[in-house]
Parts: sequence; structure tokens; C-alpha cells
Amino acid sequence: MMAEPPPRILPRPTPATAPFWEAAREHRLLLPRTAEGEPYFYPRAFSPGSLDPATEWVEASGRGALYSYTVDRRGTSPAFAARAPYVIGIVELEEGPRLTTNIVGCAIEEVRIGMALEAVYEDVTDEVTLVLFRPA
Amino acid sequence: MRNGRRAAISGTAEWAPQRRWDAPMFGLEAYAKLAREALADAGMELGEIDGVLCTRLGDAPMFAPAAVAEYLGVAANYGEVVDLGGANAAAMVWRAAAAIEAGVCEACLCLLPSVPAPPEPGTKPRAQGWMLGADAWGAPHGQFDAPYGLINPNSHFAMVAQRYMHEYGLEARTLAKIAVQARENALRNPKAIFRDQPISIDDVLNSPLVVDPLRLLEIVMPCAGGAGVVVTTLERARRTGPRPVLVSGFGERVTHKSITYAPSLTQIPIAAAADRAFAMAGLGREAIDVASLYDCYTITVLLTIEDSGFCAKGEGGRFVEEHDLRFGGDWPLNTHGGQLGMGQGGAAGGMSHVIDAVTQIQGRAGARQAAGAERGYVTGTGGFMSEQVALVLEGG
Repeated sequence: MMAEPPPRILPRPTPATAPFWEAAREHRLLLPRTAEGEPYFYPRAFSPGSLDPATEWVEASGRGALYSYTVDRRGTSPAFAARAPYVIGIVELEEGPRLTTNIVGCAIEEVRIGMALEAVYEDVTDEVTLVLFRPA
Repeated sequence: MRNGRRAAISGTAEWAPQRRWDAPMFGLEAYAKLAREALADAGMELGEIDGVLCTRLGDAPMFAPAAVAEYLGVAANYGEVVDLGGANAAAMVWRAAAAIEAGVCEACLCLLPSVPAPPEPGTKPRAQGWMLGADAWGAPHGQFDAPYGLINPNSHFAMVAQRYMHEYGLEARTLAKIAVQARENALRNPKAIFRDQPISIDDVLNSPLVVDPLRLLEIVMPCAGGAGVVVTTLERARRTGPRPVLVSGFGERVTHKSITYAPSLTQIPIAAAADRAFAMAGLGREAIDVASLYDCYTITVLLTIEDSGFCAKGEGGRFVEEHDLRFGGDWPLNTHGGQLGMGQGGAAGGMSHVIDAVTQIQGRAGARQAAGAERGYVTGTGGFMSEQVALVLEGG
């Protein structure tokens, strides 16, 4: 008998990151920003590089370009074996920061560095929505 | 030389990497066994050791240096646990050298056992630690990377390769050459797991894609193993054991954990570490006779050559194509076969590069001895191109 596959890995928001995940549930992309107004990623309690207590958020356009990607052919981590092959990507947002995501909505063969992308939201559970990207 | 003292590597110990380890040992037991072997090679007594460096051990997940000192029966003047992944070996060597030169201690064990423990009664064997810490409550990567599958090092390094190919037009054949020439060296290393299996460029290019653009034969084979060295004063190292190998220069750079947040995907941390190491040694890149560069993947080697300053930015592909990287070639690289050819002995994988260069400089490389190996350059790479260490070594 096959063992149960590991459950899907879902984010567990913390006080510092909850606004990001709450916005994702509303299908909005929220970025933290420094005291100087520079958006960054990922959300932290203290801004990287300045250590200012971070409380400012800015709504991002959800548009960006693919900075790099790979196709996970085998599900290199157990929780992803059943989904392979799938695309892991780094998106460079219009606002500047880079984030990790999956590229969906196109064939794997069509994925190219530099392609224009837009955020699309996957409601995985009632509580958790992941931010994915598809060709714009 | 610092503080009138110079540190040197003396004895070494290295176990052949194996897919399945027939004699399970606890971490402390394996540390002690490696210590016996390294001390015997150095011609030193345990009582001379007053520094212990280790990484976290299964049976000593906390207070590891204290557990090691107690288990060995050593009174240490320096106890250190290093958590820099594949950079641990090179990082241990420079920390030991710096401590010795500062006068804190006289002789250090830098050992990385990495073998399975005896099975625990009443528990089922399980896949260990594939989340690599991302499942810890509050870990940023558990929220922002792991849900998308960015966990295993394969995916991180693949995205480095993909971006580098995009920016610089690197060909897959060039990366394949790194794996092929490492394998040719491995054919002369009796401890290499692939000592009987030569490969061709086409074998690499025809091996299955695992994480685009990286193929199976460009990725290390995970194994169990263990390795380490004794670092002591040059004066002590001269009295017994093999030829002392001076730790002449070192540098370290740590910038990110997940590759997504790296300052650059195509300019890697080794650049700063290499500049510091060569400046400290007072040597130029042309002085290096043998290089042993951390090779978890082919792309790691190419970028390490380039960003260590052996060629101009963007010329790493040309450098690899123009040089013969075999032990008898014009730029001997990973003469032990690299981890690509030898197998990655778990946490000991990075130590294989230290021992490779040391063995060459000591003139003990046997059938794969490079001619005139007086000065070596060694790198370690941990995490996801996250933490890198450079060492410049010289015959003493």
C-alpha cells in the first residue's frame, strides 16, 4: 500500500506577514515598504537594510516579468511529487522586488525568461490563497 | 602571518562516500573515529588537541562542541559549531587557522562525520529533514518559498543556471564538460563512487532533465561519508606527519538564504571572499597550481571560477572550453573527481575539496598527482549559493 503523500505545504502567517496573506485572500498583492517608501519582499517586522520597524504597505500592480525559472521534473521535494512537472519561478515585480511563485496558464515549453506576467490567485483553502503568475 | 604564528593543515582523514553505509555510527562515534585517523596521519597525540570544530550532530544537536570535547576526552581552548552547509569545511579551516594565529589554541580538529546512526528502537525510519528548516514555525521560507516548491537546493541552483545562460549565452555542452572532466579525475581516485564509470559529453546531455536546465549527471550523488583535517601551528606540523600546508589566505561571504532574495543570481558571494583571500595571501590568481572548487552542480563550478577572478565576468564558459581541467591538464581542477565524480559524502562533501588540494600539495595524490602543485585554491558553497568561503593554501 502506498503511503499517503505529504500534505500540501501552506504558509502559516505570523503577525508581521498577516497583512500580506489577508490581502492575497482578497486577490490583492500587498508589498511592505521601507520608511523611505521602497517596496521590498518578503514581509518582515523590520525592514532589511535599515531595520526600521516595518508598518507601511503598498498595493502592487500584480504585473512583472519572469526573472528566472526551473521546471521541477520529478517533484524534488516529497510534497510536490504528484504535481511534477511544474514551473517554479522568480518574478521581478514592476515595483522592483522579486518573489517566488509558480507559473501557470501556459505550456511549460512556452515559459521564457523576460515574459510579461500577471498575478493570479489560487484559493487553496478558505484561509489560504497563494499568489501565482500567468502570462499577461 | 599574524601574531608571529602561522597555521598549517597537517593530517587528513577521509572515508569513501557510499550510497548505503554498512556500519551505522552515532555522530560522536564517527567524530572520534575520524579524529583517530586524522591524528594518526598527523603523527600527533590526542593530548595535543585543544580546539574542536564540528557541525550539529544527531546525538549532539545542542552544545555540540562541549559534547565532542567530553566524548573525546579533550580540554578545548576553542569550541566551535559551524552551520554553513557545504561551506563548513573551508569555514572550519579558516576559523581554526585564525584561532591558532591569534594564540587562542594550538591544534584543532576540523571534522565532518556524516553517516547514519543506528536505528532508534520503536521508531520508523523516515525521510530526514527534506524541508531544510523551512517547516520551522515562523521561518520566512516556509511562507514565501516552500508553498511554491522552492525547497530543495536543485531548484535554487537551476534558477541560477537558467539566468546565467540567459544573460551570458552559456551552452549546455560547456557545463557538461565540467562533469566529464571531473569524472575522468574520479577514475584515478579509489575512493570515488564513480571510479569505474567514465562518461561523455553526450552522456551528460542525454541524461534526464531534473530541474531545467540541469540534468542528472550535473548533480551530485548524495552519499554518506566523513572527512576532516588537523590544523595546527606550522612549527608543530613540521615535526611529524605529512608536509604542512599553510592556510595563507581566506575569505567568507554570506548574503542570502533563498536564491530569490540573493543580491544577484549571476554574481555569486565568492567574489568578495576570493578577493579577501588572495589579498591576505599576497598572491595573484596566476599563482594557483591546483583548484578544488565546491561542485554540488556544474553551474557552481563555472560561476566559482568566474567570480573568483580567474577570468573576466561572463568569460567562465570560454575559460572552461579553453582549459584542460583534468589532473594532468593546464588547469587542474577537482583532481579527486569533485563531488560530482566522488559522490557527496553528506556534510563531508565540502571537506573533499580541502583534502583534494592538501593531498596535491603534500604530493600524496598518487595516480592523479598534478605536476608542481605548490599552491591551491579551495572553495566551499553552502545553502543555495548563499554562503561561500575561499581558501588559498601553500606548501609549507
